[in-house]
Amino acid sequence: MLRYALSRAVSLGLSLLVASVVIFAVIEVIPGDPAAYMLGMNATPDAVAALREQLGLNGTLVSRYLSWAGGMLTGDFGVSYTYKVPVADLVAQRLWISLPLALYALALSTLIAFPVGLLAAARRGGVTDYGIMGTTQLGIAVPNFWFAMLLVLVFAVNLRWFSAGGFPGWQGGLLPGLKALTLPAVALALPQASILARVMRSALIETLGQDYIRTARAKGLSRRQAVLRHALRNALIPVLTIIGLQFSFLLAGAIIIENVFFLPGLGRLVFQAITQRDLIVVESLVMLLVFAVIVVTFLVDLAYAAVDPRLRRRT
Amino acid sequence: MRPGAQLWIGAGLSAVFLLAALLSFAWTPHDVTALNIADKLKPMSATYPLGTDHFGRDILSMLMVGARTSIAVALVAVGIGVGLGVPLGLLAAANRGSLLDEVVMRGNDLIFAFPSLVIAILITAVFGPSALNAILAIGIFNVPVFARVTRGSALSLWTLDYVLAARVAGKGRLRISVEHILPNITNLLIVQGTIQFSLGILAEAALSYVGLGAQPPTPSWGRMLAEAQTMIYTNPALAILPGLAIVAMVLGLNLMGDGLRDLLDPRVRRARG
Repeated sequence: MLRYALSRAVSLGLSLLVASVVIFAVIEVIPGDPAAYMLGMNATPDAVAALREQLGLNGTLVSRYLSWAGGMLTGDFGVSYTYKVPVADLVAQRLWISLPLALYALALSTLIAFPVGLLAAARRGGVTDYGIMGTTQLGIAVPNFWFAMLLVLVFAVNLRWFSAGGFPGWQGGLLPGLKALTLPAVALALPQASILARVMRSALIETLGQDYIRTARAKGLSRRQAVLRHALRNALIPVLTIIGLQFSFLLAGAIIIENVFFLPGLGRLVFQAITQRDLIVVESLVMLLVFAVIVVTFLVDLAYAAVDPRLRRRT
Repeated sequence: MRPGAQLWIGAGLSAVFLLAALLSFAWTPHDVTALNIADKLKPMSATYPLGTDHFGRDILSMLMVGARTSIAVALVAVGIGVGLGVPLGLLAAANRGSLLDEVVMRGNDLIFAFPSLVIAILITAVFGPSALNAILAIGIFNVPVFARVTRGSALSLWTLDYVLAARVAGKGRLRISVEHILPNITNLLIVQGTIQFSLGILAEAALSYVGLGAQPPTPSWGRMLAEAQTMIYTNPALAILPGLAIVAMVLGLNLMGDGLRDLLDPRVRRARG
């Protein structure tokens, strides 16, 4: 297990290194001078020179990369050009919306997908199964930002149960905050729940065909007991994989969804930074998002190895 | 649903959009770039079968041209994935365990680790929003998908007797890859291509929704939705129709992909008995 963990950790480090080089390079290859790009067409040469100095653009490529990457490692993500505050502060503020939103959506998706997938597998080939498979097929095809608009139309415009957007902040208490995040979380969760339910169903159907389930039934366990005690546990491995992958979709999906609901989270910050050409914020935020995804993938890998000893041998 | 039925429903739905997109090159009910403020926000009628938007443009015509944009972006993005991913996967499988194999697979892991939409947004933001950059941004993420599918299925083919026979006959690795491996994984690639095509349509819609895809005056489904959002209180139909188009097209492609897989993959066929 230790060897496996070490080899995954080495590959985690490598991934982060390459990712940082790629992101740095993408920003570097912007045609022309990044400082001029950020300031736009009407910038005076003095302003461009001052910004070049502030961005550290006068050093060599390698020294610029090292100072950026070194800064990231010590929690110094640079200072936003448009907001004039450290990027770390911006991220810390916005994280309190994006993280709860992603977790809320992940929880919803899992809570919906588990029973639905279980039901479809138990009623395999029946009307319930076809109904569920048809619905999830539709759920996968719906773009989450459009689903978000439909939710606004029904629950905010017509029924007036929720507000159409914005965020009241957590200082007003947990409930108003959660309420503001409910429609966005549902919009994010629907396609993910559809995928997860399908994975759950096929994983369960596969494990139900295994010999040990037959043995369990022969031993006198009811079908229900066999499913809950033996099949479910083994079916969880592929389901865990998908849950891990979904974290990255939820983070990325949040960029779009936060824009639909005008939520001041990380996604909206990335997007605003892009439109304001605030490259310092863009570069550091994208790196942080990639970092989060790579680390989650690493943790999921370790989690499987802990659950399933067979995976440790296959490095 | 029987796999045959799934395939035909899917293919039928996809064909409707493909035909509408092709037809839009030659004819649309109205000119999609002409603004006609006098006829703005008209309901459905004989002149405007699906009504008009806030500039008086015909919705049906815009949906037809929008289908063209979506299909073009997604199709070229799949082309990039196949064009780069399949040769990489074949080479990696032919030289299993080599440095090349290792580099290809690690590179793939890395691209998979990137939140694709974030990077697509970064690319289009840095290089400027355009349909071309959207294609590139979506296409890059198709490369590892095709490389992985190709490598995985090619590896199992390399252990088969007829490949051994070809090696005994003196054929090189490259020639075996092209003459024997590739034709036998085409089915799988077609299925994967259909799936990536539908994902590409969703990605294009998302990018153009945030203004990073095809630029005005080229109509695109995502931007139609973005424009409709401000009018959702007064004209909800504008926000519903482009969304339905996306759902129908993606659903059609997914059903077709599933149907094709069931039809072409002998393992699934056997499992169904």
